[in-house]
Amino acid sequence: MNIAEFFHMDGYALYVWGAYGVTLVVLSLNVILARQQQRKALRAILRAAQRNRSLV
Amino acid sequence: MWLWIHKFGSPKYFYNVSGKILPWVAGATALLIVIGLYLGLFASPADYQQRETVRIMYIHVPSAWNSMFIYLLMAASAAIGLIWNIKLADIVAAVSAPIGASFTFITLVTGSLWGKPMWGTWWEWDARLTSELILLFLYLGYIALQSAFEDRRLAARASAVLAIVGAVNVPIIYYSVQWWNTLHQPQSLGVGMSTIHPSMLWPLLIMALGFKLLYVVILLMRTRAEVLERERNNAWVQELAQALVGKSVIGSANEYR
Amino acid sequence: MSERPGIMSTLGALIRRDLLLALRRRAQALNPLVFFVIVVTLFPLGLGPEPNLLQKLAPGVLWVAALLSAMLSLEAMFHSDFEDGSLEQLLLIPQPVFIIVLAKALTHWLLSGLPLLLLAPLLALWLHLPGEAILVLLITLALGAPVLSLIGAIGVALTVGLRRGGVLLSLLVLPLYIPVLIMGAGAVDSAAMGLSVGAQLSILGALLAFAVTLAPWAAGAALRISVE
Repeated sequence: MNIAEFFHMDGYALYVWGAYGVTLVVLSLNVILARQQQRKALRAILRAAQRNRSLV
Repeated sequence: MWLWIHKFGSPKYFYNVSGKILPWVAGATALLIVIGLYLGLFASPADYQQRETVRIMYIHVPSAWNSMFIYLLMAASAAIGLIWNIKLADIVAAVSAPIGASFTFITLVTGSLWGKPMWGTWWEWDARLTSELILLFLYLGYIALQSAFEDRRLAARASAVLAIVGAVNVPIIYYSVQWWNTLHQPQSLGVGMSTIHPSMLWPLLIMALGFKLLYVVILLMRTRAEVLERERNNAWVQELAQALVGKSVIGSANEYR
Repeated sequence: MSERPGIMSTLGALIRRDLLLALRRRAQALNPLVFFVIVVTLFPLGLGPEPNLLQKLAPGVLWVAALLSAMLSLEAMFHSDFEDGSLEQLLLIPQPVFIIVLAKALTHWLLSGLPLLLLAPLLALWLHLPGEAILVLLITLALGAPVLSLIGAIGVALTVGLRRGGVLLSLLVLPLYIPVLIMGAGAVDSAAMGLSVGAQLSILGALLAFAVTLAPWAAGAALRISVE
C-alpha cells in the first residue's frame, strides 16, 4: 500500500478523514481550552501574589 | 477508605498528587492513541462489507462508550458531592459535562460520516444514534442549568439532582428508543456497527482505552484549573504562588506543575 | 404541640388550596388547553387536509401537543408560591416534602392533564383517527399525563429560583419526556393499525408507578435547594 492509496481510502477519503479531522479538532480544543484555563488561573494568582509582595 | 477519600478530597492534596500523575497519564494516553491509530489506519484490513469506512469505527465506538461512561461518572460524582458535601466531587462533575458533550458530539458526527457511504444518508433514525442525540440534549441541559446559577454551591447541588434524575432515565430512554426503532423500522439496515471482526478488535480496544485516558487527562487538567480558581484565597495557593514568583517562571512549561 | 394532621388531609388541603387559587385565575388556567387545540389545528393547515396523512400523523401530533401544553403550564406550579414566600412556609409544615410536591403535581395534572382527556377525542376526530384508536389515546393520556406532571415538577423545582427559567425548563424536561412520548404515541399508532397495545400500556403504567414513587423525592430535594 503506497501513500496515495492510503490517503485515498478506496474512495472513502472524505468520510474517513473527515471523521478523524472532526475528532482531532474537538479533542484538541478540549485540551487547549483546559491549558488556557489553567494558565489564566495561575496568572491571576501570580499577579495577586506580586501585588501583595510589593505591598509588604 | 474514608480517610483516603477525605485526604484525596482535599483540594491541596489533589492538586499536588494530580500534578505528579498528570505527565505519566498524558504520556500513556499519547502512546495508546498512537498505537491505536497505527493499528486502526495501517495494520488492520478493510472490512468486507464496510470497506475502508470501518476505520471510522475506531474513533466512533470509543467516543460512544466514553459519552455514556462520562455521563454515569458525572452523575455519580455529583451525587457524592451532594450527599457528602465534597467540593472536589462537585468540580469533577461540573468539568466532566463539556468533555462528555464533546465525545457525544464526536459520536454523532462520525456516525453520520459513516452512515453516508454505508446507509446512503447523512442521518438515519437508528436506535443508537438517536439515543446519542438525546444524551447530547441531557448534557446540554445539565450545562445550561449549571451556568444559570450564580452561586457555585447552589449550581452544584441543583445540577446534581438533575444529573441523578438523568442517570436514572438514561436506561429507560435507551430501551424505549430501541423499542421505538424496532417498531418503526422492521426492515434490517443490512450493515450494522455491531459486527466486529477479531482482527479489528485490538485497535478498537486500544483506542477505547486511549480515549478513556484522554478523558482522565482533560478531566485532571480542568479540575486542577478549577481548584486553583476556587481556592485562590487559601493559604496553600498563596504559598504556591509565592514559590512561583520566587522562581519567576511565568510563561515557562513549569507552571503546569 | 397541636395534633399533627394526617398525610391524606394535608394532601387534600394543599390540592384544595391550589385549585381555589386556579379558579380565581380561570383565564390563566385555560391557556394550556387553548394552546393544545391551536397546536393541533396548525398541523392540518401546515400539512394539507388529506385524511390519510392526518390519520397517520395524528398519534404523534396529539402527543407532542400534549407534551408541549403540559410543559407550558409547568411554571405556574411553584412560581406564585415562590414569589410571595408561601413556598418557604409550605416547606416548614411538619409533613414530608414528598407530600407537598405530590400535591402540586396532582393539581397540575387536574388542571392541565385531566381536561385533555375531554378535548383529545374531539381533536382526534378532526385528525380522522379511528374509534378504537381514540379509546387507546384516552388510556395513554390517562396514564401518561400524570407522568408529565411528576417529571415536570422536578424541572420546575430546579428552576423556580432562576429569573429566566422558562426556556431552561423546557431544555431540562423535554428529553425526560421522550419515553412517555414514544410509548403514548406508539400505542395509539398500533391501535390505529389494528395491532395489540398491551405492551405499551403496561410500560406506560410502569413509568407512572416509577414516577409517582421517585419523582416527588427528586423534586423535593430540588425544591429545598432552590428555596435555600
